[in-house]
Amino acid sequence: MKHKSHSARLTRRAFTAGIGAAGAVAGMAPFNIARAEGGPLKVGVLLPRSGLQAGIGQDCQRGADLAPGILKSLGLPEIALMNGDTESNVDTARARAEKLIADGAQVLVGAFDSGQTTAIAQVAEQKGIPLVINIAAAPAITEQGYKFVFRNFPTAPMILADAFANQKEIFAATGAAPKSVVFMHVNDTYGTAMAKGIGAVMPKFDMPYTIAEEIAYDPAARDLSVEVAKAKATNADALLVVSRLNDAMLLTRELVKQRWTPQAILSMGPGWYEDQYIKTLGKLSDGPISFVPWYDPHKKLSQVLEDALAKADPGFNLNTNHIFTFEAFLVAADAYKRAGSADPAALADAIRATNITDNVSIGPGIRFDAKGQNDKVKDGAIQNIGGKLMTLAPKEAANAKPQWPLPPYQDRG
Amino acid sequence: MPFDVYLNVAVGGVLTGLVYGLMALGLSVIFGVVRVVNFAHGEMMTIAMYLAVVLCAGFHLDPLVLLLPIATVLFVFGYALQMGLINPFIRRPEHTQFLLLVALAIIIANTLLIIFGPDARSVQTAYGFQSFQIGPLIIDAAKVYAGAAAILFTLALFAFFRFTRIGTAIRACADNYTGALVVGLDVKRLYALTFGLGAACVGAAGTMLVLIVDATPMLGPGYTLLAFVIVITGGLGSMPGALLGGVLIGVTEALAGLFFTPSAKSMFAFAILVLVLLFRPQGLLGKRVT
Amino acid sequence: MIARPVVDVPRRGAILLAALLAVLLTAPWIVNDYLITVLILILYFAYAGQAWNIMMGFAGQLSLGHAIYVGLGAYVAAALFTQFGVGPWLGLLAAIPVAAACGAIIGYLAFRFGVAGVYFAILTIAFAEFARIGFDHLSFVNASSGLFLPVTQHGHNDLWRLRGGPVMFYYVILAATVLAFALCRVLLRSRVGYFWLAIREDEQAARASGIDTFRYKMYAVMVSAAVTSFAGVFYAFFYNNLFPEQVFGISRSIEIILGPIIGGVGSLFGPIVGAFVLTGLAEMLNTVLMKFGVDLPGVKQVFYGICLLFVVVALPEGVWPAVARRLGVAGERR
Repeated sequence: MKHKSHSARLTRRAFTAGIGAAGAVAGMAPFNIARAEGGPLKVGVLLPRSGLQAGIGQDCQRGADLAPGILKSLGLPEIALMNGDTESNVDTARARAEKLIADGAQVLVGAFDSGQTTAIAQVAEQKGIPLVINIAAAPAITEQGYKFVFRNFPTAPMILADAFANQKEIFAATGAAPKSVVFMHVNDTYGTAMAKGIGAVMPKFDMPYTIAEEIAYDPAARDLSVEVAKAKATNADALLVVSRLNDAMLLTRELVKQRWTPQAILSMGPGWYEDQYIKTLGKLSDGPISFVPWYDPHKKLSQVLEDALAKADPGFNLNTNHIFTFEAFLVAADAYKRAGSADPAALADAIRATNITDNVSIGPGIRFDAKGQNDKVKDGAIQNIGGKLMTLAPKEAANAKPQWPLPPYQDRG
Repeated sequence: MPFDVYLNVAVGGVLTGLVYGLMALGLSVIFGVVRVVNFAHGEMMTIAMYLAVVLCAGFHLDPLVLLLPIATVLFVFGYALQMGLINPFIRRPEHTQFLLLVALAIIIANTLLIIFGPDARSVQTAYGFQSFQIGPLIIDAAKVYAGAAAILFTLALFAFFRFTRIGTAIRACADNYTGALVVGLDVKRLYALTFGLGAACVGAAGTMLVLIVDATPMLGPGYTLLAFVIVITGGLGSMPGALLGGVLIGVTEALAGLFFTPSAKSMFAFAILVLVLLFRPQGLLGKRVT
Repeated sequence: MIARPVVDVPRRGAILLAALLAVLLTAPWIVNDYLITVLILILYFAYAGQAWNIMMGFAGQLSLGHAIYVGLGAYVAAALFTQFGVGPWLGLLAAIPVAAACGAIIGYLAFRFGVAGVYFAILTIAFAEFARIGFDHLSFVNASSGLFLPVTQHGHNDLWRLRGGPVMFYYVILAATVLAFALCRVLLRSRVGYFWLAIREDEQAARASGIDTFRYKMYAVMVSAAVTSFAGVFYAFFYNNLFPEQVFGISRSIEIILGPIIGGVGSLFGPIVGAFVLTGLAEMLNTVLMKFGVDLPGVKQVFYGICLLFVVVALPEGVWPAVARRLGVAGERR
């Protein structure tokens, strides 16, 4: 994996991506290059690029690097990235946020981790600098009454609700449904939030299955053989899981070694669709269905983003990290264009009035409610089919039929 | 729950514990003889894991074959580290040793991050997904090989310390530093040798572990902590003790995960540690030290 | 070998101290908000390091799980605030006994059973990890999904409930650090302090001369724990969110003790100097690397580690004793 050093300006990679995207978009976008006063919009980017969350942070950064080029080709004002590494640490996140603002950042984007995002949100609110959250699922962040914090990402309860709805759609399409599931989840912020939410959300959906057992495991677990043994012993039909990338790989290995292929693997979090998972497990990676915030393959901008990523980082599939990080910049640039100035208060007002229908993620578009939350963003259901990620649901975004049940691991080459 | 589930889990716990034991063995040797608190232990193992990944990918060799080469590389690394950097710190207070090795750990972990990036790296072996089925028992093949290698390595090390002159000399240093000096042993060189041996153990353990766990730069601290728990439980300076401690911790964690909630299984390991520290500080197989 | 604390402060030292205090008091008018945040971090670690130093530098007990006291302080105060609306200062009154009790348990178990040196350090790690995993499953405080404190708008500074801008927090932590410093000095010159020094230098001799070493070691642990708990309360109300992994984690414990070890264990000023050096170093590395356009994650930490290595090899007693000698403020050694 190559590492290029980025500067605060447009990087070569993003520029090339932009050229490519411009070629694709030239015929479509109206030819009005907005001339914003005061030059490019300075966007502070706060991501955990080192420390425990480095993998995800660096993946989000890929989405960030694509933004300037694509946005320019859409006729939106120029944006300049100011990168800050939160080092997966709350103290550093806060200090970085302060530093970026002191260095002139007019908008902040970040920070993936709920704890770090909360710290940054407080700084943003105090300074009156708008923060557009790319990814962070803890509901509490938009419950604090902040006026300058905006989140274009679903909260854990929203993800759950969409997951159940999509599952029912899939069950209807395949004509099959599990009667019992074993629910495994990682015992970290996201996993626990999802586990807590299930009790509140699931009854509203009248699902055809019951949860036979709930198995929580340590995020730092080196070995998941016990957990899988327990899951297998429940004799449940399917596996409902919330995990991270490393656990997804560990779990799959154990499923193979302990010779248990569930009817389906229904994942409501990251991991089972990621590049590393597919690359490492090869044929064994097919089958899991992930219910996650995703892009709508039928939307124009999705294709643009996908092509840009393919040029800049060949071999990487477009995923949640890229999509929502990119959309945060889309929000910022769009607001800048409408506000006409980089004054933070004006920007915040403009963001509040955001109404972007030509976006990437599934749903009617990007709009923020009174709390700064985009409550209209929808999640998709994707499945690994033949090493590719196909969208199964919701209907408006679907481009493939579900593969059901999971082909037995022991029979795969 | 049917009986075979318990059996499977327990057997798995034993095998995993053997690999943990091999990892802890290195620390036992280092701590037991040189008396340095090696807080960079996990990071040294991570180096070995990445070496295994790179060599496996580059030369298409099986990690089992790479066991000795990587152990040798780590031996040299450990020897040089002890001679060059750590030696003056042996007589210094623990907190200074601690800081030295923590600094080293930070450097190693982040250098690995820069070189390899944050994504998990693994080795692809033919038996990576295999398991043996004996009646109701389903045993992970990779763990069996790793466990067997751990036992062999420990036996070899034990023989070295018991039956060779150098091994005896090292044990003498550990037992009586002044006496060793009086008798004319080159203590500095012996310490470096011991550190090297400890590092070699860690190297072997890492090569084995990469069959079961993927390599990431930030793995270190978790394993350092685990190694300390095992060494103290099993007994300082006792090689069979390290393996025994490893197996004990492995089985306890596995069964605890089965009976209670798996996310809390580490609590049991720490509870055992506390009990050992209080009631049998020399560990299960260790000798009482003054 | 361990630097002896300055017993009688020469005039030069007093002047320098006063000058430093003056600078710190007027800092908010001089520097921007980013540097205020950096100073808050520095003072936080100076405070926590000072509290840890009571146990280590004075009584010679190496605690590698000090985050447990920070975490307990944070969670007690935060839980009282979210569940009952109790303000942080009252919450502190509850946090202190809890932390002290925890310290007492650890101390009792360790000292009664003769656990010392590295073994004691590992024992403290075990307890901190126990607390971390325990809180990860405590649904009363939201377990691992995090405890969020409700944040009201930052229109004005509310000292009673510790809601407000960074400047308010700055003065709070500055006051706390000054008080901790004064407390340590008072303790050192008291009977308790002399007994602690005796225990640290040679515990057997101390016991032989009639000092109840068990009792005084317990005092050291409990006082250290109690003082540290305020750092937790501050943390909770400054960041407004708590996750067991973040608060009780071993990396937190390590962060707390890096300062005093670099600065000089056992000296009054060591933890403060150490905190300035370390946080200053980290921020400086960030700025320098950015100037050179190096944006590679991990580079800063490598340089940081190298600097730590350099300090520990070249200045075995810590930064402060060497600096003190240069400045001519090193007091007589007793």
